[in-house]
Amino acid sequence: MLEVSGLSKTYGEGARATHAIAELSFTVHEGEFVCVVGPSGCGKTTLLRCLAGLLPPSAGRVTLRGRPVSGPPEEVGFVFQEYSRSLMPWLSVRENIALPLRHKRLGRAERDRLVEEAVESVALTGFIDHYPWELSGGMQQRVAIARALAYQPEILLMDEPFASVDAQTRADLEDLLLRVRAAYGVTVVFVTHDIDEAVYLGQRIVVLTPPPTSVQEVLDVTLPEPRDQVETKELPEFAHLRAHIFRSIKRRQSLQGQGPG
Amino acid sequence: MSRRARGWAQTWAGVAAVLVLAEVAARTELVPSRYFPPMSRTFAELAGQLGEGAFWAAVGQTLQGWALGLGIAAAFAVPAGMILGTSVVRYRAFRVIIEFLRPIPSVALIPLAILVYGAGLESKVFLAAFAAFWPLLIQTLYGMQDVDPVAVDTARVFGLSRLERLTRVVLPGAVPYLATGLRISSSVSLILAVTAELVIGAPGLGREINAARVGGATELLYALIIVTGLLGWALNSGFATAERRVLHWHPAQRGAR
Repeated sequence: MLEVSGLSKTYGEGARATHAIAELSFTVHEGEFVCVVGPSGCGKTTLLRCLAGLLPPSAGRVTLRGRPVSGPPEEVGFVFQEYSRSLMPWLSVRENIALPLRHKRLGRAERDRLVEEAVESVALTGFIDHYPWELSGGMQQRVAIARALAYQPEILLMDEPFASVDAQTRADLEDLLLRVRAAYGVTVVFVTHDIDEAVYLGQRIVVLTPPPTSVQEVLDVTLPEPRDQVETKELPEFAHLRAHIFRSIKRRQSLQGQGPG
Repeated sequence: MSRRARGWAQTWAGVAAVLVLAEVAARTELVPSRYFPPMSRTFAELAGQLGEGAFWAAVGQTLQGWALGLGIAAAFAVPAGMILGTSVVRYRAFRVIIEFLRPIPSVALIPLAILVYGAGLESKVFLAAFAAFWPLLIQTLYGMQDVDPVAVDTARVFGLSRLERLTRVVLPGAVPYLATGLRISSSVSLILAVTAELVIGAPGLGREINAARVGGATELLYALIIVTGLLGWALNSGFATAERRVLHWHPAQRGAR
């Protein structure tokens, strides 16, 4: 469905050029939940912005359903890490979620239905006419998720969406995401620096190298579904996978540490 | 006493104290009452003026200058700020011109205004509009440049067109700046309107103040000065109230509803 081939991104020119991403390739299949995990500062956000068509790649290409991505495609929904800046403070929850639906040529009733369904799916029905800043961080991120769902994307790109909430809220949001994803049948690419989160959520995990970033390995996760915060994390395979990824990232970092830069 | 009533009482106690002090100073000739009449006489004069048609006509003329000046300034400054503020190239191209024209005191343009527009309303409006243009332009520029990149990315990724991004994300985000700019420009426009009346003799409160001076009507002179102060205060609180209403979502105004 989503194909990334030979993607490179360089900032600046000449001697001061920074190679953020180099020759990165992977594929996301229809209906999959793919987690992208890598050490901090490895250009995960840059990669996701290229996938969303927000940033033109320096080389290589991204294709969605066979069509090259040159600007934000209509099939893509996006959830940013900075929920408070991504929601418009002058719009209510309802208006924030309806904002991207304006040009979807929907009837008013249809638009209201999409908004209300999305709000219900993230359990915020009672807060639909509140303003985002009246809600807690976790609730705000649920609004952002509802906005992306109401947009009816075929693929949902998420940039470290739970990195700025507390641990308990985070576990709740992870389970909520797994539920709504099943309900909406949407493909997800989820970027995180948290290995546990990647293993818990993903069906496949793309492990990235430090910059210039490329794919170190791709792992299949065969943990049973639905996942459970306690039982899944007790399974030997969970421990094995997270240890494997942890070592893989550490080894690569120490190798690079001995190099010239 | 409630907290609100106590605050109100404290405010007016201060005002009353100053008025009494001024009254006593004038009555005891601590300051010469020829130049500084007792407040009671000034306010009596002011009360008398409130029944005069000519007084209200002057107030109307000053407000007309203020409104036209501010309106014309806004009609030019906001679009100009939007055009320049949304492009680094355009901003760089015009920055030097702005930085050169902005510090020119509007009063320095009075001879030019008289030459081109004569001594009437046009001169007053020209001066008020010129002075009010700059604060609003600068605030609009800041507002455009301070737009949150995450909000703009959000709008882009959800397929909002360039125009929709401007009207639905950039402009609402810049409203706090526009509101501040309008409030500053409103004060500036009033100051220049009165200045033009004083110096050029365009009809309005400023001309009446000058006439009172020439005629030695000291109480009237002070009464009119007080009226210009009250006008400025009323306009400013009007803008502040509107700002609280429109910007109820803004961190600085939350809970002030």
